[in-house]
Amino acid sequence: MSNMPMTDTPITNRPMMSLAFNGPGVWAIYRNEIRRTLRTLIQSVVSPVITTALYFIVFGGAIGSRISQVGGVSYGAFIVPGLIMLSLLTQSVSNASVAIYFPKFTGAIYELLSAPMSAVEAVLAYVGAAATKSVGIGLIILATAELFVNVTILHPVWMIAFLVLTSVAFSLFGFIIGIWAKSFEQLNLVPALILTPLTFLGGSFYSIDMLPPFWRTFSLFNPVVYLVSGFRWSFYGVGDVSIEASLAFTALFIAVCLAILVWIFRTGYRLRA
Amino acid sequence: MPPILSLAHLSKVYASGFEALHDVNLEIAQGEIFALLGPNGAGKTTLISIVCGSVNKSGGQVLVGGLDNLTNYRATRSRIGLVPQEIALDIFSTVWSNVRLSRGLFGKRPDDAYLEGLLKDLSLWEKRDSPVIQLSGGMKRRTMIAKALSHQPDILFLDEPTAGVDVNLRRDMWALVRKLRETGVTIILTTHYIEEAEEMADRVGVMKEGRLALVEDKVALMRRLGKRHLSLTLKTPLAVLPEALSDWSLSLAAEGSRLVYDFDAKAPDNGMPALLQKLDSLGVGYSDLETSNSTLEDIFVSLVEAKRP
Ligand SMILES: Nc1ncnc2c1ncn2[C@@H]1O[C@H](COP(=O)(O)OP(=O)(O)O)[C@@H](O)[C@H]1O
Ligand SMILES: [Mg+2]
Repeated sequence: MSNMPMTDTPITNRPMMSLAFNGPGVWAIYRNEIRRTLRTLIQSVVSPVITTALYFIVFGGAIGSRISQVGGVSYGAFIVPGLIMLSLLTQSVSNASVAIYFPKFTGAIYELLSAPMSAVEAVLAYVGAAATKSVGIGLIILATAELFVNVTILHPVWMIAFLVLTSVAFSLFGFIIGIWAKSFEQLNLVPALILTPLTFLGGSFYSIDMLPPFWRTFSLFNPVVYLVSGFRWSFYGVGDVSIEASLAFTALFIAVCLAILVWIFRTGYRLRA
Repeated sequence: MPPILSLAHLSKVYASGFEALHDVNLEIAQGEIFALLGPNGAGKTTLISIVCGSVNKSGGQVLVGGLDNLTNYRATRSRIGLVPQEIALDIFSTVWSNVRLSRGLFGKRPDDAYLEGLLKDLSLWEKRDSPVIQLSGGMKRRTMIAKALSHQPDILFLDEPTAGVDVNLRRDMWALVRKLRETGVTIILTTHYIEEAEEMADRVGVMKEGRLALVEDKVALMRRLGKRHLSLTLKTPLAVLPEALSDWSLSLAAEGSRLVYDFDAKAPDNGMPALLQKLDSLGVGYSDLETSNSTLEDIFVSLVEAKRP
């Protein structure tokens, strides 16, 4: 039994105040989530900036002085797209998962479950807000990186497209984790056990061409490689895999997450008793 | 007028296998105040949660204003306000953000003037910019009520609204219910307290073990609740009741050594003095006399037992 059908009701049979799309609801959640972020603005902005600066000092400075160039780009500049992706993935997953886990934890989710909102609307609002925050952080990190190295962006439109698509994809993923998690431990489990290894082994700090053949092939199974590569391509015109492969993968990832969410809302999985 | 809420053969079996609702049928008229009474675990919260949409039903149908609450969830839900049993709030947000969010969730455009009036009615206006975490328990509960009313619902569910709240809040709550009723809002509340049902409800339903054991007009129920018993310890046991006493509802207990008279405490003439006179004239002597009231527990038990096949 589903209490929150994905499809809408037919036009007939509509009483006085039925909504085709709960715009006020989507906006209210989105606004509320953004406000939540702004309340902790310092923490939201300062911590990624400091982290990025540290990466530059350690990787760009210490290691970069030994590796001068990768694929015709200075090492410091080379790692910028990877660094942004790194933050984007972790931020998206943590923002979106907490946004839905927290009301579940406090019980305040009763209101969302009893509101006249479709699943699509709820996802749009929560995932939209989490992705907005991630994009903001990505841009802040980019600005911070500019202080350390000269970053060129050959394809700015693609760069923004990857920034947004990746934020959306991993916010969706985070949203699913937030619904699935029954405890704060579980909430941190997926990021720690899956996401962090994948991002570190995803070519953020190196080109997978630098790896031994076996690991290079192995890396091609790592979804993050495709994201970092596509994003890096939008900066420097070079990537580990083709831009088409990167885009196709991102689209596939979003599709899979959406399918899982449809199922979740159909069944009420871990939302409704 | 069709019922504003209609439950037909509603049932719920939780994933644990526990049957929380069993074939519940109920109709509630527009503008009515309905009190759902019943001991803990009777299924009151489950019933409310299914109507509001936060729990999946296992069978049966829920119609709100004649519309199915699943296929027409947008229309039905936007009419309903819910104050759950437990306080559950975004404690880091202010009272004001909380009520604005609630209003939006239910599809209503912002209306700060309405929300201002609402918060003033609930004595929350001064606290509007305080994060919920800084509020007292009573204020948190008021915030829950404000959220439920933020979208001007015409059906309001109050799940144990006065359990563990102070006298002030209880009085305010009753005043609020009366005020809402004047504007035509239908109210369904659950409670443990019989005086609450007495104070506010038009009709009363009694739940026990997932069944709606009885639905009755409040006045009729109160008449039953108002039953008192007079128990006389007889000097000489009686084998049978004398014919001359057939005007009173009497019974013999303890092998004829006690005579019990059930009467309506609220009736203008309870028949007690006449009974005692009659006993004197019949020469039935008694050594002791005591009266007692029916307790809520008695009522629950007798009502539920009576309805069971
Ligand atoms: N999520 C759940 N899973 C299993 N059993 C539940 C769940 N929620 C409630 N119950 C059980 O259902 C019964 C009815 O609960 P509830 O509707 O809360 O009763 P009431 O509100 O009348 O006290 C109780 O025995 C309770 O333990
Ligand atoms: Mg309850």
